[in-house]
Amino acid sequence: MPKLDSAAELEQLRREIVSQRDPNKPCIAICAGTGCRALGCDKVITAIKEEVRKRDLAGKVDIRETGCPGFCEKGTVVVIYPEGICYLQVIPEDIADIVSQTVVEKKVVDRLLYVDPTTNEKLTYEKDIPFYKNQMRFLIGNNSKLDPKSITDYVALGGYSALAKALSQMTPELVLMEVERANLRGRGGAGFAAGRKWKTTRDAPDETKYVVVNCDEGDPGAFMDRALMEGNPHGVLEGLAIGAYAIGCREGYIYVRAEYPLAVENVGIAIRQAKEYGLLGENILGSGFDFTVKVHRGAGAFVSGESSALMTAIEGRVGEPRPKYTRTAVRGIWDRPSNLNNVETWANVPLIINNGANWFTSIGTEGSKGTKIFSLVGKVNNTGLVEVPMGTTLRDIVYKIGGGIAGGKRLKAVQTGGPSGGCIPDQLLDSPVDYDELAKLGSIMGSGWAPAA
Amino acid sequence: MNLERIDEIIDRYEGEEGALLQLLLDIQSELNWLPREAIEQISKRFQVPVSQVYRIASFYKAMSLAPRGKHTVNVCLGTACHVRGGQRIMDKAEDSLEIRAGETTKDMKFTLGRVNCLGCCALGPVIVVDDAYYGKLTPAKVEEVLESYT
Repeated sequence: MPKLDSAAELEQLRREIVSQRDPNKPCIAICAGTGCRALGCDKVITAIKEEVRKRDLAGKVDIRETGCPGFCEKGTVVVIYPEGICYLQVIPEDIADIVSQTVVEKKVVDRLLYVDPTTNEKLTYEKDIPFYKNQMRFLIGNNSKLDPKSITDYVALGGYSALAKALSQMTPELVLMEVERANLRGRGGAGFAAGRKWKTTRDAPDETKYVVVNCDEGDPGAFMDRALMEGNPHGVLEGLAIGAYAIGCREGYIYVRAEYPLAVENVGIAIRQAKEYGLLGENILGSGFDFTVKVHRGAGAFVSGESSALMTAIEGRVGEPRPKYTRTAVRGIWDRPSNLNNVETWANVPLIINNGANWFTSIGTEGSKGTKIFSLVGKVNNTGLVEVPMGTTLRDIVYKIGGGIAGGKRLKAVQTGGPSGGCIPDQLLDSPVDYDELAKLGSIMGSGWAPAA
Repeated sequence: MNLERIDEIIDRYEGEEGALLQLLLDIQSELNWLPREAIEQISKRFQVPVSQVYRIASFYKAMSLAPRGKHTVNVCLGTACHVRGGQRIMDKAEDSLEIRAGETTKDMKFTLGRVNCLGCCALGPVIVVDDAYYGKLTPAKVEEVLESYT
């Protein structure tokens, strides 16, 4: 692959990829994220490949191993495109039927469909299942549309167009202004304005600055950063590169915790591919902007997710917090200005640049804009990853999307925000999910949600 | 102890700033533990005190200063797994292997550990044996899983 030299070349490549793909060709998409792995998706994938080979369908059907679509409770999740037929709790023994009936004869295998627990109705399509239907999936929705190990899949969906737009049409100041206007707040929990943090690092008086992705998702019960990093690593890289351009960095780090080996693998592949395509490295898309990214593996230390500890770990030392007399945005890695945001924050950046701050601020509440991904775990019927616009009530998340409490029990409280958060009792369930509202209740936005019954 | 192999791994990081931790992780995954000789070799090649290398090696949970068993069993006791009975899974694993968390069986077959959240919270309780994840476990299934490893 010759390096792309301009935004126009990227667009041309996208068109070529799309034109070579037949939109009507059947595609079997299987979740290959860590969640479905725990349910044995490896065997399902092997069975599909075997069945396709046995039936001489090679070349006539695509097999896509995707990231986590979120519905972990019902894994292994298999979706048949272009129809979007969704099969749940698939085991290797189901594969012969899926291939012969759905892929070849275009018939639906009834027994693998989602059954609505209240109406007992069987739902065929992914988009109709209440777990998905009541969400707004700008970030996590891409996971089932692409193979995280394939840059062409990402480019086909318009990937890296935001980076191309920023580099070819916007000055770094303009990019920064757009993120500030979008009022993007840190998804890690504290909700600090990303634009303000970027500006602090940008204005810090040092030639060398760093951008850092915090993928040390330590909050127990939280796994949306894992899903994004495993399922769409290019999305995070693109956001990081845009941030680096706005802030004025030439180097970035991605800190991934030891417990996420698949995320390390997938982002490593993504970095290599992006370099090969000229989307990372020197003179990106002919713009003169240079940016390289290194992955730093964590080694199993909860405390290293704290920003100064994480930066100390990147320096190769014991990852313990250090006194922050000066913010890490000004004095971080090797005492250089270092802007750290979490995975989901970075993943939002391409959306803001592509669609504009006005679009972003049209979603959410007064003080909290955009969507937020939560991991819904604990005693709820539909566990998994849930992306909703800010302002959605806890009740809607637990009942409409989560399908209520398992075993028909009564909900006692929802634990949000991990160890730094709190428990929200059932009488406050109509509170909207919003940084400031949750703070008023004495909890934080956090990420993991464990309803207790 | 194959010092040449350790030297090869060290060579990968020659002259790189902040490489110590990544280097130790590579040796850990190669040998499954960090022998004294490896730590002394790193200290010599990187010109840092042995104590500093030990400090890092003993701080992080992913590194081991004692030989580990052929298979590493990690039981998740993060909040989500905890509320779904992770402790009972740990108890069962300790019973079956006749060791406590953090220990290795006498036959060097298994090392049992605990982790705080593997990120498969929706499927808790979860254990991971080497690279394989097992979700929605019950104490009864623990034995079955462990028996499948030889």
